[in-house]
Amino acid sequence: MENMVNVYFFGKKYSVPSELTIMTAMEYAGYTLKRGCGCRHGFCGACATIYRIKGQNELKTCLACQTQVQEGMYVASIPFFPTDKRTYNINEIQAKQQIMMELYPEIYSCIGCNACTKACTQNLNVMQYIAYAQRGEFEKCAEESFDCVGCGCCSVRCPAGISHPMVGLLARRLTGKYIAPEAKHLTERVEEIHEGKYDELIEQIMQKPLTEMQELYNNRDIEK
Amino acid sequence: MYAPYPENMMESVKKVEATREKRMGTEPRRLSAEEKDALLKEFHPDYNPDAFAEIKVGPNKGQKAPLELADMLHSTSRLMKEKIDLTKIDYDVDILIIGGGGAGSSCAIEAHNAGADVMIVTKLRIGDANTMMAEGGIQAADKENDSPVQHYLDCFGGGHFAAKPELVKRLVMEAPDAIKWLNELGVEFDKEEDGRMVTTHGGGTSRKRMHAAKDYSGAEIMRTIRDEVINLGIPVVEFTSAVELLKDEKGQVAGAVLLNMETGDYSVARAKTVVIATGGAGRMHYQGFPTSNHYGATADGLVLGYRAGASLLYQDSIQYHPTGAVYPSQILGALVTEKVRSVGAQLVNAEGEAYIHPLETRDVNASGVIRECREGRGVEVPGGQQGVWLDTPMIELIGGEGTIEKRIPAMFRMYMNYGIDMRKVPIVIYPTLHYQNGGLEIDGDGFTKEIPNLLVAGEAAGGIHGRNRLMGNSLLDVIVFGRNAGKKAAAKCKEINLGEPNLNHIYAYDEELKKAGVETGEVSPLLLPHYARHEQR
Repeated sequence: MENMVNVYFFGKKYSVPSELTIMTAMEYAGYTLKRGCGCRHGFCGACATIYRIKGQNELKTCLACQTQVQEGMYVASIPFFPTDKRTYNINEIQAKQQIMMELYPEIYSCIGCNACTKACTQNLNVMQYIAYAQRGEFEKCAEESFDCVGCGCCSVRCPAGISHPMVGLLARRLTGKYIAPEAKHLTERVEEIHEGKYDELIEQIMQKPLTEMQELYNNRDIEK
Repeated sequence: MYAPYPENMMESVKKVEATREKRMGTEPRRLSAEEKDALLKEFHPDYNPDAFAEIKVGPNKGQKAPLELADMLHSTSRLMKEKIDLTKIDYDVDILIIGGGGAGSSCAIEAHNAGADVMIVTKLRIGDANTMMAEGGIQAADKENDSPVQHYLDCFGGGHFAAKPELVKRLVMEAPDAIKWLNELGVEFDKEEDGRMVTTHGGGTSRKRMHAAKDYSGAEIMRTIRDEVINLGIPVVEFTSAVELLKDEKGQVAGAVLLNMETGDYSVARAKTVVIATGGAGRMHYQGFPTSNHYGATADGLVLGYRAGASLLYQDSIQYHPTGAVYPSQILGALVTEKVRSVGAQLVNAEGEAYIHPLETRDVNASGVIRECREGRGVEVPGGQQGVWLDTPMIELIGGEGTIEKRIPAMFRMYMNYGIDMRKVPIVIYPTLHYQNGGLEIDGDGFTKEIPNLLVAGEAAGGIHGRNRLMGNSLLDVIVFGRNAGKKAAAKCKEINLGEPNLNHIYAYDEELKKAGVETGEVSPLLLPHYARHEQR
């Protein structure tokens, strides 16, 4: 007999096997998920969920696909959260502190409550990366926010109305495009290809008969 | 002693630890071509004759497909009994892109930039796609000791010489430009301080050309191009699935019938060109395998395209990623990125032997894991499943303390969620259903040969990877062929004059099914897997 626990989905009680995740427990209970379910492996942030354990007052946040059920868990999934993404032309903006003031001025209203960090399903130091963004330290903001899956749990809890995942995303795009140094070998290779340096060679290998290709492949040297 | 596993597993961990020092200094030899062939024939799931059925209708009639896919191809349209008013057009665009993953999004960006009026329709959210979950990296021959020709050789040979040359050519020749494009959109690739890309090996690569963004490579790419799609104001119709293509009296595709996944309401999209970018099929669970794929990977595009007359290629060739999580059960099937092996972890059986080179191609390594388990050298986990060890503590011994958190933070987090510290103990893996090597057949420009204004991009397309795909060539494929489809579709729509949209092909297909005496009692495409307990079959 499986070890069962009692959980409450949107207030309704179900008995489910204890080894299930919240997501698979909902399916066990009979839900066909249309919202609140994406990659099912913790990368897409579709399954932001809030829960409270019976008898405890703390409201917790998690990803339903990455969290095992517990006895007395009251669960509500968040089907959609209206984070506020501002639009911009990535080719026209600059990696200067000013850009955060223009696009996400509310980050300067952060009251330092740290509710975002406590709510983060990836255990990121969210308040810290917002602080970096305030100071225009985009590289640090990018690094600190890198593992963000954009579930929005931080924004749900923020009294200042900050859309944290969008701030981190902007910082990463600025860092990737403008701050990280250029990969010169990449630029050169792209130019070589455009100049046609490999055209003839690639046509040659495409024309080779199967036996010759097998010979080439099976005896190619492999970089250590 | 740190013991996060049950006793029998810890006993085996001791054996792994006992041989680790000796293994550190050695690299298991690579198999010869003959040895690889023999291993594949005996153990690769594609060689299991019981898992395939003959296709009874359509352009690939007489060929094999996995049972579950054949079932979908043998099912009828959900619109057979619906009365859809095709004169009432809800969306009218130049280009309709079906699917909002990496291929669909990069296609949309390029099509938009080429001046076309483009729309994405996706049954979940934009970015809910296998692209988001790709961990290890993306290939491109951009280092001095490498060249697109070398990349071609690796890709073509790794795919058992079955890929279409003109597709491999596009893949490798446009790879460096794809990386540059992504970088200029703001994707943060791992770089040295001087800007040089940090690159590693993948299974079957002869040069270190795997570019990565930690082990969130696909997520970093997907969230960046999704952001760009939104910045450009491209309309994205979410939670809406294309359930059938529309055609006109000239045999052109003319748009699609869409289903609102939440309300059940149908709508009609008319388009001068259609791009199928619906991704893979992991959620079909071929041969009962768990999958690393996202929730919507149900081969929808293959069914839509096939029913409209487009042919498939290598629909019987499936990739099982050698390292899927087996324990704990909560993460069964989840991808353990190949990068774990790229940065030093060996595959080790229950006896502590490194029984194979960790970076053979995926089909070979997957077959190796299956062999070890079937021949009694696997580790049994609670529930009776078997697997072999991936010796992760080696990574820190080779790369230094902190390497795991720096290079593969997602893997570290996934296991730490369940109290397993992979820096200290190895993890157990078994192959997981990962990728559909085949798909709808396309020509070098991304068009189907049967329907002049229908394109396919990304995992839904077949022929780019032959019968086995290398790590890092899928993220590359979605960007290269996504971008290409966007440009080609934008040019094509200028020369298309649409006739009257109709659904005649679905009735004709149904007739064909009846003539062939095939009846599954199901409708297709599947759209979402049947996971609710009362819906499981």
